[in-house]
Amino acid sequence: MNGFRHRAAIDLRLLGEGQRSWVMAGIMAIMLFLTVLAGALGLGVARSASGIDRQLAGQLTVQLVEPDAAVRDARAAALVAAIARVPGVTRVRAADRAELAALLKPWLGDVGLDPELPLPVLIDVTAARDVTGAVTAAARRIAPQAQVDGSARWLAPVRGLLATLGWLAIGLVLVIAAATAGVALLVARAGLDTHRDTIDVLHMLGSTDLQVARLLQRRIARDTLLGGAIGTLAALALVALFQTRLALTGSEVLGGATLLAIDWTLLVLLPIGFALLATVATRLTVLHTLGRKL
Amino acid sequence: MANIVHFENVGLRYGTGPETLTDVSFTLAEGGFYFLTGPSGAGKTSLLKLLYLAQRPTRGVVRLFGEDAGALPRVRLPGLRRRIGVVFQDFRLLPQLSAYDNVALPLRVAGMRESEIEAPVMEMLAWVGLSARVTARPPTLSGGEQQRIAIARAVIARPEILVADEPTGNVDPEMADRLLHLFSALNRLGTTIVVATHDLHVIGRIPQAHLMRVEKGRLVDPTGLLRHPPGAA
Repeated sequence: MNGFRHRAAIDLRLLGEGQRSWVMAGIMAIMLFLTVLAGALGLGVARSASGIDRQLAGQLTVQLVEPDAAVRDARAAALVAAIARVPGVTRVRAADRAELAALLKPWLGDVGLDPELPLPVLIDVTAARDVTGAVTAAARRIAPQAQVDGSARWLAPVRGLLATLGWLAIGLVLVIAAATAGVALLVARAGLDTHRDTIDVLHMLGSTDLQVARLLQRRIARDTLLGGAIGTLAALALVALFQTRLALTGSEVLGGATLLAIDWTLLVLLPIGFALLATVATRLTVLHTLGRKL
Repeated sequence: MANIVHFENVGLRYGTGPETLTDVSFTLAEGGFYFLTGPSGAGKTSLLKLLYLAQRPTRGVVRLFGEDAGALPRVRLPGLRRRIGVVFQDFRLLPQLSAYDNVALPLRVAGMRESEIEAPVMEMLAWVGLSARVTARPPTLSGGEQQRIAIARAVIARPEILVADEPTGNVDPEMADRLLHLFSALNRLGTTIVVATHDLHVIGRIPQAHLMRVEKGRLVDPTGLLRHPPGAA
């Protein structure tokens, strides 16, 4: 183990690494800070979207417009009974007249309380899974004019916005990852140029291109990990603060954006992923560049 | 003895400039001792660069250890280079490493364990008289000390060919004698030695050595000083 540490220290000194290359570490800190924020946004949005999906997947509303009050009441009762028999349906409830009047009050005022005013029948259906097809079929058998609406339809724009945000976050992470690979490529090229004399001597002593690549890989991986850890910690602290503030809003949609343990783990693993990416980019750059020499 | 190096009509040109070496042909026998001499700028260092695989010939054939160095794929060069020790004219020590680490470098490149490295490195540093400067970095060493470190680095991995460019240029006569003694000892162990030098005193110290003379990029013997024509051993 001591031998390994000693060898690693020599390897770093070979490229004049007595002083840490803070510039590279600083760039990586910024990269990882932004990446973790983008990743947290993506994961939060995904959690929120799946929460909405879970809540709305089994929510249906059956609407029946029937001017004849007696027929309307009879069909409403028949609809409730038929829908309750549909497998997967856990709850069926027809909204009473007072609830409907309250819903209409913003538009009609107290006119909705008039018993002569024909109001449609609204039946709330809750199911353990998506049973839209079965409920529609059951409702149409009783009343062909009955309309079945999934609640998800009303929240489709919100769902669409969340999906867009999710893709935006994925795009940001990919762009920053590409930029990180680009930085590693530039640093590797600069390293080859700066340490050309040392590398020439190493080659003359029989070093392979892989051995030379490893020297630069170690340095860049170390700087990426160091800077990445700092950037990640700062970003995680910010994300944790946001999570607390979101929880305080009391909003179901925003509250659904709470990250789970697996999400935090993924975010913590980002610097390691980026270090691996930088390592691969460095290796390919060094091997490609040296391959064109003697 | 088998031939370890074979040059045939070798030409070397840097970029689009004139030929630095022209139609160089010679053979070095395994275990031979060779001096390469000639005026400054004649092409000695270029010839050595071909020998230690820092350059490939522009034309002709360079065979090392039976391999065509001009056609060898890049991945096979390190294996051949590890069989060749080089003392560069400008030493080319790594200033960021200690004397110890500079000497240990060929062994580390070859993949030896740290536990196997210390004894031979300390022995070699003792031999060149620098045991007391183990931790010193090259910039703090005198020219002579740097040259001795460069020689220690070149021979520590027991190369089959040792190529030295003016190895006694910066050392006092006593140290020059010790270095030549080392070269002779290595030669007796079977190492082929090629030394580029201007120093007639050094050439005179190894009477059995062959002499190769380079002038204006060609291997010549216009003065009849070639004691043992290369390849005639």
